[in-house]
Amino acid sequence: MTDKITLENVSKSFGRKTVLDGLSLSVEKGQSLVIIGGSGSGKSVTLKCILGLIHPDRGSIKVDGRETVGLSGRERARMLSRFGMLFQGAALFDSLPVWENVAFGLIEGQGIRRKEARDRAVDTLAQVGLGADVGDLFPSELSGGMQKRVGLARAIATRPEIIFFDEPTTGLDPIMADVINDLIVKCVKDLGATTLSITHDMSSASKIADRIAMLYQGRMIWEGPAKDVWNSGNDYVDQFVHGRADGPIRMALRA
Amino acid sequence: MNLLALVGRVFLAFLTQVGQFTLFALVSLSHCLRPPFYLRLTARQMIEIGYYSLPVVGLTAIFTGMVLALQTSSGFSELAAESSVAMIVAWGMTRELGPVLAGLMVAGRIGAAMAAEIGTMKVTEQVDALYTLSTNPYKYLVVPRLIAGATMLPLLVLVADIIGIFGGYVLGTTKLGFSEHGYISATWRHLEFIGVVSGLTKAAVFGLVIALMGCYHGIHSRGGAQGVGKATTNAVVSASILILLLNYVLTEMFFA
Ligand SMILES: Nc1ncnc2c1ncn2[C@@H]1O[C@H](COP(=O)(O)OP(=O)(O)OP(=O)(O)O)[C@@H](O)[C@H]1O
Ligand SMILES: [Mg+2]
Repeated sequence: MTDKITLENVSKSFGRKTVLDGLSLSVEKGQSLVIIGGSGSGKSVTLKCILGLIHPDRGSIKVDGRETVGLSGRERARMLSRFGMLFQGAALFDSLPVWENVAFGLIEGQGIRRKEARDRAVDTLAQVGLGADVGDLFPSELSGGMQKRVGLARAIATRPEIIFFDEPTTGLDPIMADVINDLIVKCVKDLGATTLSITHDMSSASKIADRIAMLYQGRMIWEGPAKDVWNSGNDYVDQFVHGRADGPIRMALRA
Repeated sequence: MNLLALVGRVFLAFLTQVGQFTLFALVSLSHCLRPPFYLRLTARQMIEIGYYSLPVVGLTAIFTGMVLALQTSSGFSELAAESSVAMIVAWGMTRELGPVLAGLMVAGRIGAAMAAEIGTMKVTEQVDALYTLSTNPYKYLVVPRLIAGATMLPLLVLVADIIGIFGGYVLGTTKLGFSEHGYISATWRHLEFIGVVSGLTKAAVFGLVIALMGCYHGIHSRGGAQGVGKATTNAVVSASILILLLNYVLTEMFFA
């Protein structure tokens, strides 16, 4: 079995609100899985559960076959050093300049010297289409799309084995979105990384995904190879990928 | 019936908070003893707390010293005045007013800033991002602030003591017509070791409390700008109340 990440029966409620309800999912080594699903369906929560930022109420989460629920702080830190995460809102450290943001995992996590880390940060920034001059700016001085790309650079700077992308292309123009899609594909190839991405953007999904899974009401209602998503034979998936207001999914207009 | 339920709920919420805070304090303090240490960040916090609070604390101290002298002088006969004014100013500043007033001023300045900064980091997921970059937020954010708070406040209070006594001296020699030599020697006579040390100990405790409250409310803030605002207020209010309460407890321990 070459499953890198396995979730079994994971449940999570916030107060009375059940977000994940017996979710199961697995990602093979070197594979790129894309999770699609409506807004508020718990996609970000799923990623955070795997990272241990949110503790699931029930269920098991394995990375490389090892149970990660209930890991101690130090073991968790060791596990996370193999992960990269792009947050939905970028979550850049606004007290640090851009280059230090990108180099953060290198300096604090791997103990690389600041000067060398800076050179590597500049290289990584170049990969996401940002010049070295951007490195000296602060996150608040960047546009939303640039922040996203810096977040992406930070996620891949440590060359992690497993990378999570939470909506990597939202807020980018179509050309840059495509550049980022290519970059994600390239990361997977070059690093041999296993990736788990979230997106609403179906063109992005079909470009980066090996497999696609759809999250609805706290569980995976469909999973299959990326090319099958357009004729999945599942009404829910059909409605979502074609973006129709009519169908089995009723959007809750009142939260 | 409804009222009882309400009282019960408030009481339980209070206990939850106390438990949560105690846990937070224990975890934070245990992290103070284990590497890695972030010296650069600790130094930055020390400058922020120690150096940039000097003007506020200095101004508070000088006026407090002056008003102490003024109030005391009106209560004594002319003959006893010089010695008693010097004594009250020296005692009052070193034992009580130095630590308490500096503590309250720093709680407003630093406690609020800590809660706002960490709270913003929390609600914008920067604290989560620290975790994913194998950095423990307790070590990276909380420990430097605790160390800076506990070490810098005694220094600030020492400065406040000196400035406060100087304030009393200035008022005494200019307005009340005391002799310069007499006032200084009376001050030396009445300055006692235990008074100064108790004041500095209080300051260290207050500094720790301010930083703990700022970090605790920051790291537990939720729900955007409003949540951060609430965390800031709570940090200042709870730190101020704790300072006044602990001041009593510590005075009792030192002098009773
Ligand atoms: N820390 C939290 N406390 C309480 N509720 C939360 C928390 N985090 C998420 N939720 C709730 O969980 C639900 C799912 O949130 P999540 O962020 O996973 O949605 P999502 O699928 O990523 O949506 P989007 O596509 O809009 O990003 C939401 O209803 C949200 O209100
Ligand atoms: Mg999300």
